[in-house]
Amino acid sequence: MSWFTQLLSRPRLYRELSEEIQGHLDEKVEELVAAGMSKEEAKQAALREFGNISLFVEKSRDVWSWLPVEDFFSDIRYGLRTLSHNPVFTVVALLTIAIGIAANAAVFTVVNSVLLRPLHYPHAEQLVALHQVAPGAEGLTDFENGLLLSPSMYFTYAEHNRTFQSLGVWMTGTANVTGLAEPEQIRTVGVSDGLLQAFSVPPALGRWLLQTDQVPRGPERVMLSYGYWHRRFGGSQTVVGRNLMLDSRPREIVGVMPQGFQFVDADFDVIEPLAFDRGKLILAGFGYHGIARLKPSATIQDANADIARMLPIWMDSWSNGPGTNPHIYESWKITPMVRPLKQEVIGNVGELLWVVMGTIGVVMLIACANVTNLLLVRIEVRQQELAVRAALGAGSARIVRGLLVESVMLGLMGGAVGIGLAYAGVRLLVAMGPSSLPRLGEISLDARTLAFTFVLSVLSSVMFGLVPALKYARPWSGSALRSEGRTASASRERHRARNLLIVGQVAMALVLLVSAGLMIRTFEALRTVDPGFADPQHLQLVRISIPDSLVTEPERVTRIQNEIIDKLVAIPGVKSAGFVSEMPMEGFDSDWDEIFAEGKVYADNTIAPLRLYKYISPGFLQTAGTRLLAGREMTWSEIYGLQPVAMVSENLAREMWGTPSAAIGKRLREFPKMPWHEVIGVIQDVREKGVQETAPEIVYWPPLMENLFGPGPAQATRTVTFAIRSGRTGTESFLNEVHGAVWSVNSNLPLASVRTMRDVYDKSVARTSFTLVMLGIAAAMALALGIIGIYGVTSYTVSQRQREIGIRLALGAQRGHVLRMVLQQGMKLALVGVAIGIAGGLGLTRLMTHLLFGVTAHDPVTFAVVSALVISVAVLASYIPGRRATLVNPVVALRYE
Amino acid sequence: MTNATQRDLFPGALEMMILRTLKRQPLHGYALAQHIKRISDDLLQIEEGSLYPALQRLLKQELVKAEWGTSSTNRRVRIYRLTAAGAKHLQREVSSFERMLEGITRVLAPGES
Repeated sequence: MSWFTQLLSRPRLYRELSEEIQGHLDEKVEELVAAGMSKEEAKQAALREFGNISLFVEKSRDVWSWLPVEDFFSDIRYGLRTLSHNPVFTVVALLTIAIGIAANAAVFTVVNSVLLRPLHYPHAEQLVALHQVAPGAEGLTDFENGLLLSPSMYFTYAEHNRTFQSLGVWMTGTANVTGLAEPEQIRTVGVSDGLLQAFSVPPALGRWLLQTDQVPRGPERVMLSYGYWHRRFGGSQTVVGRNLMLDSRPREIVGVMPQGFQFVDADFDVIEPLAFDRGKLILAGFGYHGIARLKPSATIQDANADIARMLPIWMDSWSNGPGTNPHIYESWKITPMVRPLKQEVIGNVGELLWVVMGTIGVVMLIACANVTNLLLVRIEVRQQELAVRAALGAGSARIVRGLLVESVMLGLMGGAVGIGLAYAGVRLLVAMGPSSLPRLGEISLDARTLAFTFVLSVLSSVMFGLVPALKYARPWSGSALRSEGRTASASRERHRARNLLIVGQVAMALVLLVSAGLMIRTFEALRTVDPGFADPQHLQLVRISIPDSLVTEPERVTRIQNEIIDKLVAIPGVKSAGFVSEMPMEGFDSDWDEIFAEGKVYADNTIAPLRLYKYISPGFLQTAGTRLLAGREMTWSEIYGLQPVAMVSENLAREMWGTPSAAIGKRLREFPKMPWHEVIGVIQDVREKGVQETAPEIVYWPPLMENLFGPGPAQATRTVTFAIRSGRTGTESFLNEVHGAVWSVNSNLPLASVRTMRDVYDKSVARTSFTLVMLGIAAAMALALGIIGIYGVTSYTVSQRQREIGIRLALGAQRGHVLRMVLQQGMKLALVGVAIGIAGGLGLTRLMTHLLFGVTAHDPVTFAVVSALVISVAVLASYIPGRRATLVNPVVALRYE
Repeated sequence: MTNATQRDLFPGALEMMILRTLKRQPLHGYALAQHIKRISDDLLQIEEGSLYPALQRLLKQELVKAEWGTSSTNRRVRIYRLTAAGAKHLQREVSSFERMLEGITRVLAPGES
């Protein structure tokens, strides 16, 4: 019989046993009566001969039972009973554990989904980002993107590599869709051949874009994203083969990518082929993200070596035009730094998440310390009960096990509640959607989260259950059976464990509060930085693109933009309007080029430093609240007259000519064919890449410039962001009027990225505010738990010392003195905790240096303020029980005996 | 009944005797107890009840099997029967017991030391 069927048939076994024994006794009695005994005597004799019936029944039953398990179940039954007999204790302990576990499970869910789970591509571990840096190229290395790939690099790498299965480049963009409903601006991704092959995600419908679709000026074909397919075509199965009007040109739809497919972390609507014209490529044009799939045997090091080998091939195979030296790029010291695609996606969020995970872990420790304290208090109350159990024959191992089972049950129940809370918390977090968090859409609970929560529950139960259990595993003196345990004054030894826990809690809470404090200081510092624009709340942005298929003539484009500004300014409540090729912090890929200053000598074989350049309209500076430091703005007539004028940022002016005013009248250009442009104004520095990043040097060109390459006299900036200064930003009616104004100029123009500058700004500091919120929550929890801890221990001590306090009062102690005594105790614990916390904090906050701005990790103000806060909170937490102590009536306290 | 010289049986002794008895013929609990007591001439102090845990152990190890039947005195009783495994077990136990007994006897025998 297996133990399981035994378990099921046990009632029958027991019944049969009883019947058998009864039969045995009956038979015996019968026999004895037959031999002449009286019935009574015979019964007596039969029982005597048989022995202790219940003992034998139990022994017989024991044969069938599985002792360890039976004991375990009885421990659980017993534990449940004790827990349900102390509802207040149970609820408080359970809530503490549940909240702690919920916080940990929620943060772990994020860590797991963002950092630990592989990307959603087949064999994602083989995918790498072709990251490279160019330390020799000034102006480039400040930014995380490093040196992107140029099309010629892509061809070289794709054709000469030995380490990749496939390789491709991509670039995000926008396009206007017409002919469906309202004109709409959509997000596009241009891909080269090899990119979709590298991702290896099969299409949901139709086929991939192939090499045959990459022919320049060939038939134009596109793929749709799953979302766009459903939004615009209702998920129709017959969409393949239909045409989509993109930038006023028909494109044939050849396929649809499956749900959830992203280019690294970019959402998109349409994929179009880049279709590079190989014959016209030059060395430069570093604007494309490269992604490759490694051969199974190849490592990252192999890939780096492979690319380093191919760089000279690239310089030998292409040129920047006649008369240029292709090996000039040697001075850039281009170095491949291939890295796993996952790292590219996660970026620097990893460090942030681990800091949050660490702080939440500390909160769990504090919660455990609190529950340990609760258990310690309760076990002292239960001393008598435990002593009785021991006296009745329960071994100390059995008692310790019983106590541990009880705490594990608490832990598991807390874990169950906690996972529910965590689920809600994660939903909330995703809804709040810190946009700086990559893979936000992938965040979900999975088996690993459940396993983590289970392990955490068990581990923490052992952590808070072990101390009280072991404390009572010592041999029993028997004194507990007598009642003196209840009324004795507090002994030093008995409180040591609890005091240690309090000190630990205070120290950990202090560290968390300091981290949160440092983040608050960082946030403050960020807010005092002048980002280069003013009052972002009242700066409305819309992005408008005028494709050449809609308006061919460049000057006409600029005139339309000019007209739009005029219409916008005419809206009631609008103070001014202007446009720029991209607003600061908007996060569009920036334009960089070498900028030469007139009269400056550049050494042979070097290239002038790379500078950011933008196009700007008259009136923009005033609208954005960006200060003009010297000179003046351009005028519309200068723009239409193609006058060679330019403006520069303050730091560029200082670097090239010493002072802003010295820059006025000086001249600069991008490349030799370009006429020298005269600097007519100097603009304050703008934090283009976010408040925490230093302001780059910038050159501002007119939006309409002489065309030096293609046909036609001029070249216009076709995609720009309009900025509108108004007190009515964000309201529905205002946005409708903005739409109306734009469409009164040209009804085919879609408005994209409609938002206020405030949204853009908030997004750029989202990482900091996310950290602040998370640390703030953790610190608040730590502080609350710390208060509960101090309060609990002090009030318990006071209740234990009631008799002693009564005696003191009876002997004439002042009530104030008694209060001071109690306060002193809480204070002492807090002070020791604060001291340890400061020491630990000085070491630990260094880990978050990268998250800080404008404040050091050892900021004395933060440490001082937080210490004062913790100490005053501790005093407050012990004041209430202390006050109660002074109200003790000596007579009552003494009569307690 | 209880006296100072009474000694517990060694573990397994009772089971061995039960198996030996059942080898002769299948019996129910009461008859088994009476038989053992009679044969041992009351030299062994066995409480009748102690038979039952031993029988349960044998049942669990499948050395005996039990069936409800009718006794000679027309009672409903559970009759125990030796299984093949039980017979083998008995044989092993007896021979090991005899070796042990011989060893003990030799040591205890006078004149050899």
